[in-house]
Amino acid sequence: MFRRERSIPLQGSAAALCNNLSVLQMPTRNLTLFGVVHGPTAQVLSAAPDGAPLAQRQLHVSERAGVSPPLITQVHWCVLPFRVLLVLTSHQGIQMYESDGSVMVYWHALDSGDAASVQAVFARGIAASGHFICVGTWSGRVLVFDIPAKGPNVVLSEELRGHQTPITDIATEPAQGQDGVADVVTADDSGSLCVWRSGPEFTLVTRILGFGVPCSSVQLWQGIIAAGYGNGQVHLYEASTGTLNIQINAHARAICALDLAPEVGKLLSAAEDTFVHIWKLSRSPENGCIEVEHCCGECVSDTQVCGARFCDPSGSSFAVTGYDLTEILRFSSV
Amino acid sequence: MSVRTLPLLFLNLGGEMLYILDQRLRAQNIPGDKARKVLNDIISTMFNRKFMEELFKPQELYSKKALRTIYDRLAHTSIMRLNQASMDKLYDLMTMAFKYQVLLCPRPKDVLLVTFNHLDAIKGFIRDSPTILHQVDETFRQLIEVYGALSAGEFQLIRQTLLIFFQDLHIRVSIFLKDRVQNSNGRFVLPVSGPVPWGTEVPGLIRIFNNQGEEVKKIEFKHGGNYVTAPKEGSFELYGDRVLKLGTNMYSAHRPVETHMSGASKNLASKAQKSIAPNPLAKEELNFLARLMGGMEIKKPSGTEPGFRLNLFTTDEEEEHAALTRPEELSYEVINIQAVQDQQRNEELARIMGELEITEQPRQSTSKGDDLLAMMDEL
Repeated sequence: MFRRERSIPLQGSAAALCNNLSVLQMPTRNLTLFGVVHGPTAQVLSAAPDGAPLAQRQLHVSERAGVSPPLITQVHWCVLPFRVLLVLTSHQGIQMYESDGSVMVYWHALDSGDAASVQAVFARGIAASGHFICVGTWSGRVLVFDIPAKGPNVVLSEELRGHQTPITDIATEPAQGQDGVADVVTADDSGSLCVWRSGPEFTLVTRILGFGVPCSSVQLWQGIIAAGYGNGQVHLYEASTGTLNIQINAHARAICALDLAPEVGKLLSAAEDTFVHIWKLSRSPENGCIEVEHCCGECVSDTQVCGARFCDPSGSSFAVTGYDLTEILRFSSV
Repeated sequence: MSVRTLPLLFLNLGGEMLYILDQRLRAQNIPGDKARKVLNDIISTMFNRKFMEELFKPQELYSKKALRTIYDRLAHTSIMRLNQASMDKLYDLMTMAFKYQVLLCPRPKDVLLVTFNHLDAIKGFIRDSPTILHQVDETFRQLIEVYGALSAGEFQLIRQTLLIFFQDLHIRVSIFLKDRVQNSNGRFVLPVSGPVPWGTEVPGLIRIFNNQGEEVKKIEFKHGGNYVTAPKEGSFELYGDRVLKLGTNMYSAHRPVETHMSGASKNLASKAQKSIAPNPLAKEELNFLARLMGGMEIKKPSGTEPGFRLNLFTTDEEEEHAALTRPEELSYEVINIQAVQDQQRNEELARIMGELEITEQPRQSTSKGDDLLAMMDEL
């Protein structure tokens, strides 16, 4: 069971985008950073453990010619071995900042070149894998950036071509020295997933075909892929083979966010049906099969949830954003 | 965001506008033939071929202000006049109604069924005018052609674009408050019961498969909602049962149109954002307006036909009061063309906008009411 805690006020309401909340836990400094997209701006703020807001910053995309300011699609903190970067994706390109959003380190403009005018051009889906940052694009291509230990010399090292439709989300897991382990999953608008092995050159391990429903959010934990879909289902796959092991009729509306508490294997699913559910993933001690257990569900009344994240590695607290809502709602276990 | 959003936004807001006008025309006892003429004129302008061509070109959404300017012009294509306060209220009602429909829409794709509900009702308004009926059917076919082929992902992007367009708009609407679909803070009620969207299973079940893909076990869990299976999918054809009720006419003669304005629920955020946004009257936007409205043919009323003024409020006093007390942050500040110089396009736009004022009605009238209304008709 979870209890509502003091919420954190936002300057602007959250936009109706999937995965519209990023959380960076900084236990050593006893604070948590939150990132939320409002539309043409994104807000980054830090809060004390009791939810008291400390500092905050607005980020926006550099202007271009035209009427409407470019919209931001996602903000996400990428934790790399030697540094933490805040990555912002938009209809213009990809911006990488120092973790507090103070200094822009790198800027990559999207090339709409071969895009037909009927298609919106954007980047979406951000994740770190080793010293790489992977960012998805509207064309289905995934850009892999090699990030130096310090400084702005970011290099676009590879483009992954496994998808035909826009990328929605990317999940990674530390390979922990095991060679040949599938450690990156990319998801797209048609519901297809590609499972990759990271490295100087990424290799495609397996492909999981979609069924016409967007996969809006994806997570990876101990070789288990958790994918949340537009029809409210969560699927659990074996990452190495792509086999579907568990199908959960989890929500009545489209899922907008999944998150994982890596220490305990807790999975969080949030959807437009106003519910947040907490699940426990595990592997059978006998045969290693994937197992899942429903822990609890919380209704966030009259809120079209658009982002949700655990706030600690053991999954005992989480935060939620909702469309049109000018606060981050916080919950912690009783 | 999606460059396929504008036609859906325009047609649905237009549909809501017609519902409200129809209701007010009846409530104000406007004679049947006059009321029919107004609706016919507006619908025929709305579905003008050239205008629809411009509308369906892939393009970004423009500001609320630019869009409001288009409806201002559309509402005045006939012999009816609305003053500022009534026009503001009309636009508030239209936008809140469509925001509700987009938010409650079961699947992103169902925004198309909402649109079809509006078009079905519009066809009802003009069932005796085969020419206009043909125009509407043309647009219907175009919608089916363009949107019928879009993927679920593209519809999701369209819905997100619409929701971002309506973000931070929390005007309280009495019909919604009475029906308990809107809370007193202006936020809509999201039900946790009823049918799930078509293609979605009722939540509460976990299926476990073996490595051969055979189902080996089922586990139930308590979801917390109270849902049932969707009865059937609505028809995406020219004719058919849409199943979905969102987008149908919720007004009737007995359900007067009312709004409570609440500026308080708008927060600082939108103000902060104004300063960040570039000049809202950027060249692009003016070009867009000129292009779109250039396609609108304004019917110059024949000299003998007296015009009338429609009031969105119960009395003129209420209307005046609303005009004086409207919160500043809800002001649409309809685009003032004179403020912008040079640009051939802008001249074109100024001319188009100018026509609005030229069409002022002769002040002869049939009743005392009409006379009074006509005198207050200055835009």
